[in-house]
Amino acid sequence: MKLSESWLREWVNPSVTTQELVSQLTMAGLEVDAVEPVAGDFSGVVVGEIVAVEQHPDADKLRVCQVAGGPDGNVQVVCGAPNARTGIKVPFALVGAKLPGDFKIKKAKLRGVESFGMLCAQTELQAGDDDDGLWELPVDAPVGEDLRSYLQLNDQIIEVDLTPNRSDCLSLKGIAREVGVLNRVPVTSPVIAPVPAVNDEVRGVTLKAPEACSRYVGRVIRNVDVSRPSPLWLQEKLRRAGLRPIDAIVDVTNFVLLELGQPMHAFDLNTLEGDIQVRLAEPGEKLTLLDEQEIALNADTLVIADQAKALAMAGIMGGLGSSVTAQTRDIFLESAFFNPIAIAGRARSYGLHTDSSHRFERGVDFDLQVTAIERATALLLDIVGGEPGPVIHQADQQALPQVRTVTLNKARLASGLSLAVADADVEDMLTRLGLVVIDRASDSWTFSVPSYRFDIAIEEDLLEEVARIYGYDRLPTRSLAAPMAIQPSPESRVGLPVVRNRLTALGYREAITYSFIDPKLSARFDPDVVPVALRNPISADMGVMRTSLLPGLVEALRYNLNRQQERVRLFESGLRFRPSGDGLKQEPMVAGLIYGGRDPESWAGSADKVDFFDIKGDLEALIDLTGEPANFSAASHPALHPGQCAGVYVAGECLGHVGALHPQLQQALDIPGSLYLFEVEQRLLAEARLPRFEPLSRFPGVRRDLALNVARDLPVESLLTGVKNNAGEQLSDLKVFDVYTGKGIDPQRKSVALGLTFQHPSRTLTEDEINASIETVVQHLEATFGATLR
Amino acid sequence: MDNLVALTQDALKMVAEAQDLAALDKVRVECLGKKGSISALMKGLGKLSPEERPAAGAEINKAKTQVQDALNARKTELEGAAIAARLAEETVDVTLPGRGQQPGGLHPVTRTLERIEGIFAAVGYTVEVGPEVEDDYHNFEALNIPSHHPARAMHDTFYVDDSHVLRTHTSPVQIRTMEDKEPPIRIVCPGRVYRCDSDLTHTPMFHQVEGLVVDKGISFADLKGTVDQFLKAFFEVDVPVRFRPSYFPFTEPSAEVDIQCTQCGGKGCRVCKGTGWLEVMGCGMVHPEVFKASGVDPEVYTGFAFGMGVERLAMLRYGVNDLRLFFENDLRFLKQF
Repeated sequence: MKLSESWLREWVNPSVTTQELVSQLTMAGLEVDAVEPVAGDFSGVVVGEIVAVEQHPDADKLRVCQVAGGPDGNVQVVCGAPNARTGIKVPFALVGAKLPGDFKIKKAKLRGVESFGMLCAQTELQAGDDDDGLWELPVDAPVGEDLRSYLQLNDQIIEVDLTPNRSDCLSLKGIAREVGVLNRVPVTSPVIAPVPAVNDEVRGVTLKAPEACSRYVGRVIRNVDVSRPSPLWLQEKLRRAGLRPIDAIVDVTNFVLLELGQPMHAFDLNTLEGDIQVRLAEPGEKLTLLDEQEIALNADTLVIADQAKALAMAGIMGGLGSSVTAQTRDIFLESAFFNPIAIAGRARSYGLHTDSSHRFERGVDFDLQVTAIERATALLLDIVGGEPGPVIHQADQQALPQVRTVTLNKARLASGLSLAVADADVEDMLTRLGLVVIDRASDSWTFSVPSYRFDIAIEEDLLEEVARIYGYDRLPTRSLAAPMAIQPSPESRVGLPVVRNRLTALGYREAITYSFIDPKLSARFDPDVVPVALRNPISADMGVMRTSLLPGLVEALRYNLNRQQERVRLFESGLRFRPSGDGLKQEPMVAGLIYGGRDPESWAGSADKVDFFDIKGDLEALIDLTGEPANFSAASHPALHPGQCAGVYVAGECLGHVGALHPQLQQALDIPGSLYLFEVEQRLLAEARLPRFEPLSRFPGVRRDLALNVARDLPVESLLTGVKNNAGEQLSDLKVFDVYTGKGIDPQRKSVALGLTFQHPSRTLTEDEINASIETVVQHLEATFGATLR
Repeated sequence: MDNLVALTQDALKMVAEAQDLAALDKVRVECLGKKGSISALMKGLGKLSPEERPAAGAEINKAKTQVQDALNARKTELEGAAIAARLAEETVDVTLPGRGQQPGGLHPVTRTLERIEGIFAAVGYTVEVGPEVEDDYHNFEALNIPSHHPARAMHDTFYVDDSHVLRTHTSPVQIRTMEDKEPPIRIVCPGRVYRCDSDLTHTPMFHQVEGLVVDKGISFADLKGTVDQFLKAFFEVDVPVRFRPSYFPFTEPSAEVDIQCTQCGGKGCRVCKGTGWLEVMGCGMVHPEVFKASGVDPEVYTGFAFGMGVERLAMLRYGVNDLRLFFENDLRFLKQF
């Protein structure tokens, strides 16, 4: 909502500066977004009149004008504007004038012709958006008068960004009321007297949907002269509120909208067929709106109709067919109350948003309609003349909003705000806001709520009003006090921060990628899952909810590869969204990616590239946070290399994967080197085993190494399990210290070197005992896996 | 005996000429060993008269001591030289960079979230989280935002289907927590939120932290104190904080919170658009309708809630000047945190 300060001060004029006024409004919850002067900083500009025009002898586009208005009589001004013509009045910057941008007007010669000053467009004075040529002032503008004082340009436009609850401030009247309350000064509203009818012409009005439209006020005015323009004061008030003057009828309805907050509409009376009906749209009904688009109306849309057709979308926009045109002689004015529920969301459902719908869906004073039509009638008669009929007033008392009453307990006020306010002050604040005390008890008040305050319904709303007017900043502040009860602190819970810290210690940088991704990318990584699609994505490549964190990480890698990064280690934690039989699963995941050199490029590091076992080692280091081992076994994943992919299993359940990106995918995504990824459910890492002490043996351990020749495709994991199950209780450590294929070994086989350490808690083991254990192990491995000792 | 002096001279010469510890030990054996040249003289004492023996024995011992001292001194000298040689050999250029993995780092949003959570956890708040694809009821209805409420237009909602949205704020976690737990409640709810808006100053996904306190006797003064203390702690400066009336359907009274511009100190600059103030969070007293929807009796309990944008706070704290950087994941950006 934009308004001019000088207009506001016509209503209420506290002795505060513009800056103080703006600060008051902001601190009262009517946030001021901007304050701008109504015109640029200029001086020395007067109302000039072009008294003669000649073509410039040497320039097609220039004209030589004789201009009246300067202190020294008519002077010559060279001007390039296409609309420069005899008889018009325009802003005239005299020699010595200063225009916005510190631009000084001097005597000049343009193509050899002398020019004493400059004729101005609106934009050159920063007084509007019209740059079509010279700013044509009204014909009665007093020639020679200073333009600033003539147009009262020493004024500010205050732009208030209102929250949706404060529809009462979507008018000058509403803002003036607030300013009056905040400064405890009276508000002077214009006297709006009923305009007597000069004929008895009426239209029947039927409220067919009273719950949506419970009050409809109309009036016929005959013989208006729409060719008469709005007076300057009206045009300027509209312009300063951000509205373009159009014609006197539209301008007056807009003026009443700005001044009182009542959206109005004017129909061309002669396009109406019979009586007015306010009803819901009929099936298949269509309407061409003022903006010339034809709309197929929904059944939930309220329309103003005559006996034959819909005329307007109620409270949103008028129809083209019944609109006022240059040919209109008789009009039908409308001033109605539409229930917010009946309007809310409707405009948006047609892609519309108008000053009218904005107000009606938030709530227009339901007691304002007659006053507004009287105000409009009086203004119209002044400007375009005409003969008004009587005010037509249809209301459904049952359906009209009831005047609400709210009780405010003094104790609740005191405890809710931790504040003691004098009773008289509370009453003063609330009654200035328009509430009326209807009952006064020793410990409470009961107020009735004015018809323009749709946001006051419960006691808390009154607390806010008192707090607002008293001043939020003046309200007490205290430290929250609570019992210091010691809370449970489960040591076995591994929080996400711990997981993140380990990953950063392992050299990973955290990424945060969007939860919605390109459906094509999703299909590449997870072809078997149909992702959740957004109905209204920002763009097609942010169309579906990720079913995995991997695509986002790979995209982040690509972003960095395109910026000359050669070694990348990224991780992310967050939800994945997987549709399943029993609804959408939103599972917390953690995923990582490595690419490029194993070590950071360095004088001391190796130049080797990362491989599968680098990322597996990192994942093992993560799982180590839980103190429990996880099982890895070969698995398949649509995005991962079939020969370099493991599933992570806990109690037989697969909780994630680790592996190399599938080479086909790598190629399709144009990534030059191999990359390795893991993604696991966070619950894999959520619970840790509490450490449990085991006594240390004071006796030496004995190590025996076994070099085993086994089938090349035998998982080493199964060898290790075989050893653990057969080496006896004294096996205290088991390592794989070499795996060899190649020269000297059958190509179908590999050599695996294991280191077994035996240790007894309470004595030294004998050679015989150890030999017996080794013997059992070797026999088992031979029998089960065909392993031979090398 | 006659050659004691000569032997001693020879021995001392050999000691001096020994070039390493092995050679030196050889000298010791040759001179002072059981069969050593000087030790051998002791055997000759038998040939002397008893009267001569003590003096001669003393002479030999004196010579032995002299040689032994020389040996010891030379040994120390040689050992020192060996250490010095080793040290010289082993000297490295300590200015070369160290070896090993370079540590990574947290995303600035996470870093900020952890900081916020930490400040509240230190006084007993717990952390609660909720789903990001949220049902209409928890995202809107239960928060006193019925369908067609104009406040929905403030939200630019992403829709998944007729009854599910990407949560537009972390406030639904309030509802879920109150549904599950009895007051007193003191929680913070961090997480991703989504709005269908993308330009220089909006990303379609961002992060919020919601706070909720529900107990008997909670007043607006508690809210003001909590928010004020938090902001001063977060920015580690005694920054002026102001509360302005505002509107959220789920709180009443509601407030918008501004801090004095951290860039210009309130004089007015580009960052604060000349106002001297920066909007940092919204807050208010929990609306009774929200309590009713969540099964909390508004006649017994009152409470407050606040919500803040994490990227906004991170930008102010670390001086990041472009919101979009947070989701590009450019390593040159991430490495700065």
